[in-house]
Amino acid sequence: MKTCLIVDDSRVIRKVARRILEDLRFQVEEAGDGLEALTACRKSMPDGILLDWNMPLMNGIEFLRALRKERGGDTPIVVFCTTENDVEHISEAIKAGANEYIMKPFDGDILQSKFVEAGLISYEAA
Amino acid sequence: MATAMADADFAFVAREVKARSGLVLTADKSYLLETRLAPIARKESLASVAELAAAARLRRDERLIWQMTDALTTNETHFFRDRKPFALLRDRIIPELQQARPAGRLRIWSAATSTGQEAFSLAMLLDDLRAGGRGVDAEIVATDLSERVLEKARAGLYTQFEVQRGLPVRTLIRHFEKVGEFWRIADRIRAMVRFQRFNLLDDLAPLGVFDVVVCRNVLSYFAPETRRQVLERIAAQMTDDGVLLLGATESTVGVSDAFVPEGGYYRRTLVREQTASAA
Ligand SMILES: C[S@@+](CC[C@H](N)C(=O)[O-])C[C@H]1O[C@@H](n2cnc3c(N)ncnc32)[C@H](O)[C@@H]1O
Repeated sequence: MKTCLIVDDSRVIRKVARRILEDLRFQVEEAGDGLEALTACRKSMPDGILLDWNMPLMNGIEFLRALRKERGGDTPIVVFCTTENDVEHISEAIKAGANEYIMKPFDGDILQSKFVEAGLISYEAA
Repeated sequence: MATAMADADFAFVAREVKARSGLVLTADKSYLLETRLAPIARKESLASVAELAAAARLRRDERLIWQMTDALTTNETHFFRDRKPFALLRDRIIPELQQARPAGRLRIWSAATSTGQEAFSLAMLLDDLRAGGRGVDAEIVATDLSERVLEKARAGLYTQFEVQRGLPVRTLIRHFEKVGEFWRIADRIRAMVRFQRFNLLDDLAPLGVFDVVVCRNVLSYFAPETRRQVLERIAAQMTDDGVLLLGATESTVGVSDAFVPEGGYYRRTLVREQTASAA
């Protein structure tokens, strides 16, 4: 079973994403900000990370840059999931090492389609 | 109060729509008629879909009948739909066809293109090949029965929702620009596609001959006999080594001998071979 860490400061979003990802057979962990997420990753690197941008303490892009410097931090597939929806933010995310990018609002179809693009789900399984 | 459509009116609508588009409306589709035709009834200040159908029948109103036909077609589509056909085109079909005609230009037809996602996916694919140093000289003709969907295709404007289905984000930022809440396909990509209204039931000869025909998710709405006729007329508009791509749930097998399946796509059956073996 693949693991996915959901990083978002909104409990509601985490709950919605968890339901979708569990349906897609992921084992899900949650974190409420970048710092919590970094702690979780140091304990065990997930296969995928669904990552919000704007969060207290450590935001998504700061987390991603820190993650990619960690040992083993290059392995998780990172999919941003944020209301930031302009070209500048998307380019910055890709440059920092994001694999895919979801612009909120999202639904199950979009999440699944993006996880396929990112290689977290095989196309046949989708 | 909305009254149910009389059988005679339903039969009339079904017959006229089929004659114009090939679309088969069976009696169990009456819910579809209700939801799709209600906006037209309102616009025409008619009290119900039943009245609309009756009016179209009694007046033999060509304009109304076309509007109904347009409203009853399904336009669902998205970028790089099903992925696999596009991967096949990129990795196998286009390189092979190109090799077979080193100096020639490929003609590609998106035969029921809807709102443009399919045609632009083809154009982006060619543009990416070009950027990767494998330039392809190609022309993309994209047609649909509906002027309404073509209008959207020509505008090349898509919602955030539409660009997140099937499009990898790198492809999005390479080939689109953000305009307000919408995403617009780059001029470079748009210029590669020629949109044109065209009915698959009409004589296809004016379109010319194609190397690749992408006819996806439209034949399944037709009656078997219509499918066969359209497939045979498409075959007549293809080069000898031409390739046909159908929707994921569609096939030529058991419908027409004009094509042979070749692992994910269809190749024209050579007429010369048929006549040679007959001789
Ligand atoms: C479901 S969409 C398929 C779009 C795209 N090919 C895809 O696979 O995503 C079907 C399209 O076929 C068009 N169509 C239906 N009957 C047609 C006909 N007789 N001639 C041309 N187009 C037709 C409809 O207008 C609609 O846009």
